[in-house]
This record gives sequence, structure tokens and C-alpha cells, in this order.
Amino acid sequence: MTFVHQHAAHCESGVISSLLTHHGLPLSEPMVFGLANALAFAYIPLVKIGGQPLIAYRLPPQFIIKGVCKRLGVKVSFKKFAKPIDGAEALNTAVAQGQPVGLQTSVYYLPYFPEEMRFHFNAHNLVVYGKQGDDFSVSDPVFEEPVTVASRHLNKARFARGPLAPKGLMYRIESVPENIDYAKVIPAAIKKNCRIMLGAPLPVIGIKGVRYLSRKIAKLRGSEKEKRLFLGHIVRMQEEIGTGGAGFRFLYASFLQEASVLLKDPVLAEASNKMTDAGDAWRAFALAAAQQCKKSASINTEHLAQRVLECAEKEAAVWRELSSWCRGK
Amino acid sequence: MRSDEVPQDNSSTYAGHKKLLYAQNAGGEYVSIQSSGWEVEAAATIDAVTEYERLAAAARTEVVAGRKSPLLFHMYHNRMDLPLLAQVSGIWRWRIKRHFLPQHFARLNDTFLMRYADAFNISLAELKSLPENNL
Repeated sequence: MTFVHQHAAHCESGVISSLLTHHGLPLSEPMVFGLANALAFAYIPLVKIGGQPLIAYRLPPQFIIKGVCKRLGVKVSFKKFAKPIDGAEALNTAVAQGQPVGLQTSVYYLPYFPEEMRFHFNAHNLVVYGKQGDDFSVSDPVFEEPVTVASRHLNKARFARGPLAPKGLMYRIESVPENIDYAKVIPAAIKKNCRIMLGAPLPVIGIKGVRYLSRKIAKLRGSEKEKRLFLGHIVRMQEEIGTGGAGFRFLYASFLQEASVLLKDPVLAEASNKMTDAGDAWRAFALAAAQQCKKSASINTEHLAQRVLECAEKEAAVWRELSSWCRGK
Repeated sequence: MRSDEVPQDNSSTYAGHKKLLYAQNAGGEYVSIQSSGWEVEAAATIDAVTEYERLAAAARTEVVAGRKSPLLFHMYHNRMDLPLLAQVSGIWRWRIKRHFLPQHFARLNDTFLMRYADAFNISLAELKSLPENNL
């Protein structure tokens, strides 16, 4: 069976969605994202990216794949390699067997990425589904069309070092379940996601984390240039890396809508609309931050902090609603 | 976000590619829509790229003046900073800092220099010199 490329908003959910579809379990990207309870927020000052704190709008890499497969009972095998040569060999074998496999790679060494998007980000995901001569046929879910990558470039990208080093990670789906009990898995996934967003024990995770970020922005010190770089970093983390924060909110809203149709539950449809509002609030913040950075006058951090706080309030309301919905299940 | 609000700003950062976004159509149903870019996102990306270019240009001046080794230039040119280069190359930060100085850099043998060249994905000759065009 030939592999069908799917354009997706996010690499990890896109890869797993197209792999599952290939194996006869058609799941949309939002459904994958939702069932993996992947929506999150974390502000981690200890982990630095280019000298700036890590700001994540979803669960860490690999959590989507592992989360959704565990919830549905899909069997996946993961393999990392100590030696690049073994990794290349394993990939050749899998491709020769006609099996599409998922790979974790760096973005920087992939030649088909736009020049201005090539940063040292090691947790990108893509599917390899064939080989012609020395070129691999690659389905990268964040691109519209499949691409070809020479084996030496792909090898370099698979064995890039640094934070979140992929170590040649290769995964494939071994088996998929016959049917899925949506009435059971959807509430379970939403419940887990509520716990992440509302009940995390640390002040930097979930809604508390969003409020923490708001306070950080309000108290921002240093030169205008430092402020500009920090705000630019937040916007980049939100919009560019993966699909970013707002994009993830819309992805989750889309999941809630799909779930409300499947379970015939109007409460989820209502929550989907509110999550859309939260996503719009995040976009409004990004726009405001960009405008503040553009103008030459001093940056109004108070105003921006207020915008982030609005996002926190809007999202908190949705999660509280979903949380009480879960209790009734 | 409504589907007619999906930005189509033809951002240079996408290099003609399109990104998929999810948005609500007029009936409130979620659909996936391709976006050709958003100015806000492009501005942040270009800002980050420009910052590395500025650092690389400053490093080039230092290298030409003989105060720093080409290693400093290549680090910024490859969009890395010291902690990242240390992780990618597996060389301790304080050693890398020493190698930023021309006299220490000149003493390194080719086997060792290969570790830097590998990290930047360039040849030894490229590592020891500055590229022609002034980026």
C-alpha cells in the first residue's frame, strides 16, 4: 500500500495521524492531539534556548506519540542507535520492507527547510516511506508536498547532537486495535489534560504558568533591546516552533468539536468555542507584542502582561468547565 | 480564529511554503486552511536571524583584526551560542572559550578541529577561514 502524505499543523501529531491512517486507523490530527492530552503550558527558566527560558505550549516531544498510542492500545516500537551506521542500516531495511517509519530529526540539517527557519531544534518528526537511489522519500507533515532528502543529510539530521538529541530515533507501528471506545477514551484524555492545566504542583506549569509569564513580563527589566529579544522569543515560541501556542489552542478546539459530534454532547461544543476565544486572545497578545517591539518608544510591558493574563483567565474558565464535565462521566 | 481571519501575508520566512492552520468556517465548523505566513511571526523570526547575523558580523571584524579565531565567527554564523556549541561538539565551554583566541586555535590538530567542523557541518579548510561573501 502506498503511503499518503498529509499536510498537518504540527509535526508530531501529523506524523502519528498519517502513520495510523496508513495502518488502517484513520484519525484526524486534532483527534490525535486531543487524545494525547497534549495541550499544556510551561515556563521553565532553568532550561535555556539561545539564552532565553524555555516556553512550551504543549507536552514535551514524544509525549504525543506515546500518549495517544497508550490510550488507544496501539503498539509502537521505538529504537535509538548508538552508531549512525546502525541507524542508517535499520532505516534501509525498514524501507526495503515497504514499511513507513517515523523519525526524530534536527531541523537545522534538513536542506528543504526555508533558510530563515533553520534553527537548532532537535525534536522534529517526519515519515520516511521510500528510497530512490540515494534519496529518501520523506513525508514531512508541516510541508504541503512530500520531499526527497539525500541519505547523508538525513543521517546528519538524525544524529545531530545537543539538547533533545534524537539519537537516530526511529519508530514504527506494530499493530492497531480493532475498534475504539470513544465514549471512554475522550473523557479520560480530557480529564488528564485538565489535571495538567489546573492541578500541576509547580507554579510554572499550566494556567499558573501563564500567570507566572504575565508577572515576568510585567517585571521585565533591562534595556529596550533585551526586552525586545525576550518578547520576540515568546512570540517565536508561540507561533513559529511547531504550530505554536495559539495554533495548539485551535487544534484542541477542533478536537473538542470533533468529540462533541462523536459523543453528541453540546457541552464540548461550547467548550470548543471558548477554547477558540482563548486561542484568539493568544494571537492578540502576539500581535500586541509585535507592535510594541516595532515602535521606537519604550515598550509598555504592563499592557502586554495584562494581555497574557486575559489568556490565562479565558483558558482557566474552559478547563474548569471541562473539569466539571469530566466529573459527571 | 475564523477561516477568513487566517493570515495570508506571503512571509519570506516560509520561502513560498504554506503552513496548515485550523480555523472555524462561517458555520462554526473547524476546517484546516493553508496560510502563506503571518507578519507578526515573520518579524519575530527575522529578528532572531538578524541577531545571529549581527553577532557573526561583529565576530568577523574581530577575526579580521586578529583578536579572535574563526571559530567564534562560525559559531554565530551557524546560529549557535556557547552552551549549544559545547553540547553539540562535546567540548567543555572553557576550552571553547580558549579556542576563540587565535594563538590557542592555531595549536589545535586536525583531528580535534574535525569535532568543530562536524558540529558546523563544514570542511576543515572552511573552519580555518572566513567565507567570502559578507553576510
